[in-house]
Amino acid sequence: MLSRIADTMYWMNRYLERAENYARFMDVNFNLSLESAPDAVQQWKPLVVITGDWPLYESLYEKVEKEKVIYFLGFDPKNPNSVYNSICHARENARAIRPELTKEVWEQINTLYYFVKKGLEKKRWKESDPRLFFKIVKEGCQLLYGIFAISISRNDGWHFGKIGQLIERADKTSRVLDVKYHILLSSTQSVGSQFDLSQWAALLKSVSAFDMYRKKYGKLTALNISEFLILDTVFPRSMNFCLIEAEKSLKAITGNETGFSNTAEKQLGKLKAQLEFADINDIFESGLHEYVDGFQKKLNGVSTAVYDSFFANEREQIILQSQNQ
Amino acid sequence: MAKVDFSEYEIKGFYDEMFNDNRAVRPSYDLFKKSLENVSWNKLNHLQHSTDRAQLSLGMTFNVYSDNQGVERILHLDIIPRIVSGNDWDNLAKGLRQRIKALNLFIDDIYNDQKVLKDKIIPKELILSSEGYLKECVGLKPPENVWSHISGTDLIRGADGKFYVLEDNLRCPSGVSYMLENREILKRTFPEMFEQLHVRPVHDYSHYLRDMLESLTKVENPAIVVLTPGIYNSAYFEHAYLAQQMGAELVEGRDLVVQDGFVYMMTTKGLKKVDVIYRRVDDEFIDPLRFNKNSLLGTPGLFDSYLKGNVVLVNAPGAGVADDKAVYAYIPRLIKYYLGEEALLPNIKTYICAEEQDCKYVLENIAELVVKQTDGSGGYGMLIGPHATKAEQDEFVVKIKKNPRNYIAQPMINLSRVPTLCDHGLEGRHVDLRPYVLYGKDIKVIPGALTRVALTKGSLVVNSSQGGGSKDTWVLDN
Repeated sequence: MLSRIADTMYWMNRYLERAENYARFMDVNFNLSLESAPDAVQQWKPLVVITGDWPLYESLYEKVEKEKVIYFLGFDPKNPNSVYNSICHARENARAIRPELTKEVWEQINTLYYFVKKGLEKKRWKESDPRLFFKIVKEGCQLLYGIFAISISRNDGWHFGKIGQLIERADKTSRVLDVKYHILLSSTQSVGSQFDLSQWAALLKSVSAFDMYRKKYGKLTALNISEFLILDTVFPRSMNFCLIEAEKSLKAITGNETGFSNTAEKQLGKLKAQLEFADINDIFESGLHEYVDGFQKKLNGVSTAVYDSFFANEREQIILQSQNQ
Repeated sequence: MAKVDFSEYEIKGFYDEMFNDNRAVRPSYDLFKKSLENVSWNKLNHLQHSTDRAQLSLGMTFNVYSDNQGVERILHLDIIPRIVSGNDWDNLAKGLRQRIKALNLFIDDIYNDQKVLKDKIIPKELILSSEGYLKECVGLKPPENVWSHISGTDLIRGADGKFYVLEDNLRCPSGVSYMLENREILKRTFPEMFEQLHVRPVHDYSHYLRDMLESLTKVENPAIVVLTPGIYNSAYFEHAYLAQQMGAELVEGRDLVVQDGFVYMMTTKGLKKVDVIYRRVDDEFIDPLRFNKNSLLGTPGLFDSYLKGNVVLVNAPGAGVADDKAVYAYIPRLIKYYLGEEALLPNIKTYICAEEQDCKYVLENIAELVVKQTDGSGGYGMLIGPHATKAEQDEFVVKIKKNPRNYIAQPMINLSRVPTLCDHGLEGRHVDLRPYVLYGKDIKVIPGALTRVALTKGSLVVNSSQGGGSKDTWVLDN
C-alpha cells in the first residue's frame, strides 16, 4: 500500500471518529441543558475544554453562550476540528484515495459531506433544536462504519484506518472522562445528589457507555465509571479496549507476533501493557487527572510513531539519498 | 398532468438529431419519442433533478478554484440522450480506426525516419516548430509502435447531416468517465427505454483499457498505475474513477521514485516496482529533470527510465505532435500517404495562417470565420467571427499578423442540435461528439461517446469551462 494512501486512510478515519464523537457530545449536552441549571458557562464551557480547542474559542468569542458553542464545535469553518471541518477533511481524504474505497463507502461519505455543507448554509445552529442535525451526522458516521465493515477487505488500508479510528476514540474517551471528572469531583465519594447523577449519566452517554455500564455495575459510582471507561476490556469505547484492538491491527500489518518490529509497535505495546496491568485504586491514588493526562501524551507518541514507521520512512530516506548524490 | 410534447419545439433550420426538416421524427429517435410522450413534464423535471443529485453523490465534481475550500461543480448532465443509429456509428467507427492508425504511423515516422517530411507531404518547419514535438523522443520505438493508445476525437455533425472531425486529442483526452457514469445514471432514469431500444453497452471500457495497458509490457502481472496531478486537477474524478475501475493504483508524482533506472512507488512496506503508467500529467510536467524543472507533479528520472524501456508511459510522450491544430489540415493527405486510402471522415475546411495564401484569406474574411489558436484548448483563444464584435475581430487580426503560425481558421459550422431540457421545456441545443478509441495490439472503438452540449441558447461552444454540459450517447444496435 502506498505510504501516502495509508496515511490518508488513517486520517480519514480519525476525522470521521472525531465528527461522530463531537456530534454525540453535542446531542448529550443539549439534552442535559434542557433540564439542569441554566448557567451557560458551567454547562457549555467543559465541552469546548474536552475538545482541546478552548484557547481558540477564547480568541474568537468573548462569551460562552450556548449558540456560540454549538456553532463553534458543530459548524465553525474557523475551528479546524468542528464537525463541519472534520467531515470536510474526511471527505477530502476519501477523495484522495477514492480507488481504495468501495462505491458505497464513497457515496455515503459524500452524502454526509453535502449534509453538513447544507447545515452550514442553512445555519442549523440557530434552530431551536439543533439536535436533529447532530443526530443525522452521528448516524451518518455510524452507517459509514457499517458499510466499511461489510464492503472493505481486511487489508492494510483497513487496518491503518482502524488504528486511526481507535486512537481517536481512546483520546476522546480519555478527554471526556478527564474534564467531566474534574468538574464533578470535589471529593471522590460525593456522588448522589440529583444534579450529580444526571451529570454522571451524561458523561457515560457522551461516550455511548450508559447502557453497557448499567448492565455491568448497576449503580453509578465515580470509581466504577472510571474503571469502566479506562480499563474495561470488552466495552468498545474504553481506552483499554481501543488499544487492544489497535494493536491487533498493527500486528496484522507488520505480521509480527511477539515483541516489536518498529517504534509504533513498541510504544503502542507499552501503553497497552500499562492499562492491562493497572488497578483503578492505584490510578485514583496517584491522581486520575495526572494519569489520564499522561495517557494522552503517550497516545500522541503512538500516533507519531505510526507516522514515522509507515508513512514517512521511505520518502525521507530517498529524498535524503538523492540530496547526497 | 400535462405530458411531454414537441408541438412547440423549434428546429429553426439547423440539423436536428431527433427530427428531419419536415418535423418528422428520425427512425433512431422514434421509440424514444413515443416513450417520452408518456411522461409528464413534472416527472421529466423531477428525473432531471435526481440526475443532478446522483452526480453529486457519485462525486462527479471538479474544483473551480485550486484551494481546498474552492467551489466544486458538476458537469451538467442533460437527461435527453443523443441517439446515434447503428449504421451511422459503424461508418464512424471505421473512419476513426483509419484515422487513428494513420496518425500513429505519422507520429512514429516523425520521431524516426521522417519520410513524410522528406517527401514534402507536410512542411518540416510546421512540425519541428510545433509545441507538441519533443526532440527528446527522436529514435524512440514505443511498444507495438503505438504512440497514442488512448484517444478521443471531437466530431460534429454539420447542416448536411455528415460527421466531420473537428479535432484530434492524442495526448490525455478526458471525459471517458462521464461517458461511463452518464450511462449508469441514465439507466436509472429511463430503464424501460433501455429495454426497448437495444443500446450498445459501454461498460467494458475499463476492462479493455486494463487489457490494453497490460499488453504493452512483457512483465507478467504488471503493476499498473494511473498518474494524476492530484485532487485539485479538474479531471481528478476521472483519474480516480479509472484507477478504481481497473484496480490500478492511483499515484501522484511524489509517490514515485526512480532508482537504478527503474520506477518504484513508495509503499508502507518499502519500494514496489511500477511497470505501466497511464499518466494523466502532460508531457511538460512528467519529469523535472528533463522538462519543466519547476514541475512538482512529476518524478525526477521518470523520462530516462522510459527511454531505457524500463517503464511504459501511456500515452507516449511526444504524441501531441499530431494533434496540433495546424497539423490537422494535413490529415487527409497523411491518411492517403500512409494507408493509400481516402479519408473516410472528412475534415472541416481549414485555413493555415502560416501559409501566405490562407493567411490573406483569413484576414480578409475574419468576420465569417472561426479562428483558433493552434495550441489552444478548452475553447480558449478562439474567435467566432460571426458572433464577435468588430473590436474583437480586430484584436485577432493583430494577433494573427504578429504570429501566424499560432492560428488556423475554419468556416463557421452550425453544429447539429438535440432537444435539451431547459427552463421553458425542451429546446434545441448544439452538440459535438467525442468517441474514445483504444489502440494496443488492435484498435477498439467503444460504441458510445461523450456528447457535449452548449447549454447557453444559440452558443456553439460546448466546453465545460464555458457553459457546456453533457449528454449520454446511445448507439443503437441497428
